[in-house]
Amino acid sequence: MIQEEKYEVAVIGAGAAGLCAATVCASAGRNTLVVDREEHPGGILRQCIHSGFGLRYFKEELTGPEYAERVAEKAERAGVRFRFGTTVVSIRRETDGALCLTSLSTAEGVRIIRADAVILAMGCRERTRGNLAVPGSRPAGVFTAGAAQRLLNIEGILPGKKAVIAGSGDIGLIMARRLTWAGIRVEAVVEIMPYPAGLTRNIVQCLDDFHIPLLLEHSLVNILGHGRVEAVEVAPLSRGVPVTERKFRIDCDTVLFSVGLIPENELSAEAGVELNPATGGPLVDSSYETGVPGIFACGNVLHVHDLVDFVSEEAEHAARMVLRRLDGSDGGSGQFPVRAESNLKYVVPNRFLPGCGTRFAFRSLIVCDDGVLEAEQNGKILLSKRFSCVRPAEMLTLEVPGSLLKEPGELKFRLRKGEEI
Amino acid sequence: MKKRDLICISCPFGCRLHAEWSGTFEELKITGNRCPRGAAYADRELRNPARIVTAVVRSTSAEHPWLPVRTDRELPKPLIDALLNRLYRMRVEVPVSRGDILIENFENSSVNVIFSSTTTR
Repeated sequence: MIQEEKYEVAVIGAGAAGLCAATVCASAGRNTLVVDREEHPGGILRQCIHSGFGLRYFKEELTGPEYAERVAEKAERAGVRFRFGTTVVSIRRETDGALCLTSLSTAEGVRIIRADAVILAMGCRERTRGNLAVPGSRPAGVFTAGAAQRLLNIEGILPGKKAVIAGSGDIGLIMARRLTWAGIRVEAVVEIMPYPAGLTRNIVQCLDDFHIPLLLEHSLVNILGHGRVEAVEVAPLSRGVPVTERKFRIDCDTVLFSVGLIPENELSAEAGVELNPATGGPLVDSSYETGVPGIFACGNVLHVHDLVDFVSEEAEHAARMVLRRLDGSDGGSGQFPVRAESNLKYVVPNRFLPGCGTRFAFRSLIVCDDGVLEAEQNGKILLSKRFSCVRPAEMLTLEVPGSLLKEPGELKFRLRKGEEI
Repeated sequence: MKKRDLICISCPFGCRLHAEWSGTFEELKITGNRCPRGAAYADRELRNPARIVTAVVRSTSAEHPWLPVRTDRELPKPLIDALLNRLYRMRVEVPVSRGDILIENFENSSVNVIFSSTTTR
């Protein structure tokens, strides 16, 4: 006999997004369940033992485990129910509109969870060597930066003795310091772009402090070794193409990849949720509701954030929208499309409701010290905001008040360079 | 005159700072900063560079054999290696609570090492 249970809100994922969204729902008196495949709450924060989290949300600098415990404690105090060690394998919308999750766990086997609303908060996963198609042999010693982080910080295993890091994303930079402090020599960080992908403070504190070379406009062109990594070959790039005549060898036994994150949406896609190719996350309206009524999304499963503080804020906002829907307000009907135009990689959310104030999040495609972000509708500029510092590594946000969003019709955003300083 | 170039980490701008001084930071002159925070950053970075240090220590817990720890404030950089060496040789008994002190006043730096998470068993 398959066990069944019923909640008003079911949240998938007990990371920062899931915990913060669940706290808001349970605080409002809604019967709320969080399901996570891990045995403990906190998601990826648990392995991020470095500090730098919470400056905005908690107004103090915390490590990942501290941030995770604090948001988990808030959720517990609010009365959120948890089911750990449990994987949701499918989400189905029944003919009567109710949502039905199928979950699996070693302890309880198959369990059916019915809910009036489902919040997707599964986070993201790392791009791997396979995503980049780096040539060479297939020896042991090649890890994603996050996998190496887990080995070191949770399992206490040193991944190697001498490492090269491909990609200058923040996790890779943080790992450069972590490896160095663990006695592992980091030979170089190799980045294909002319500027680093990670935050400046991580370049300074994780690379410069230890004199680790950052090779900009260079590419990993070969991984050598049988059984175990023995070396990599690196070549400078000329207009994006490796100059193989100038390639050089770096001896190492470990290669870490820190080359971007992908929202984890296999479950969403199978449930019929339409995804945005620009973010890898679901297309959502201004209520953070996906194309499937009753299924909402927030956090890194929706789009990859630069700071967990923004994840928490977005999750709380999305949860308040879930509450409004449970209280009987209308869904996405009557919403109009939102589009990201020049110099913007994407915008979230992707639809808006006239008269409803909405916070939009963006990623820039350009680096500039004086950017102007504009919202345009029906040929009129509704709002513009100056940003003194625009970097692809950092998310931009723009609050558009309901009083400006009165008209129907497509809303377009674009970013242009202001006068150079 | 001594010179050093620094990148400010107070905000995302990452101003390129140039510092010049004589003797023991007398007449320290800082240029390239867009705001006063840049000058304060360079001053601190030159006179007394310090960092938050985080690591994991071995524990007696079967479920959490490694526990995350941190310094409760920035530790002067010259003491970092000594602290890490001490931490890597420790083995701590559980239970511990987040914020509990593992090492008090390390090497008279007035910096404590505290646990970053609560482990009951």
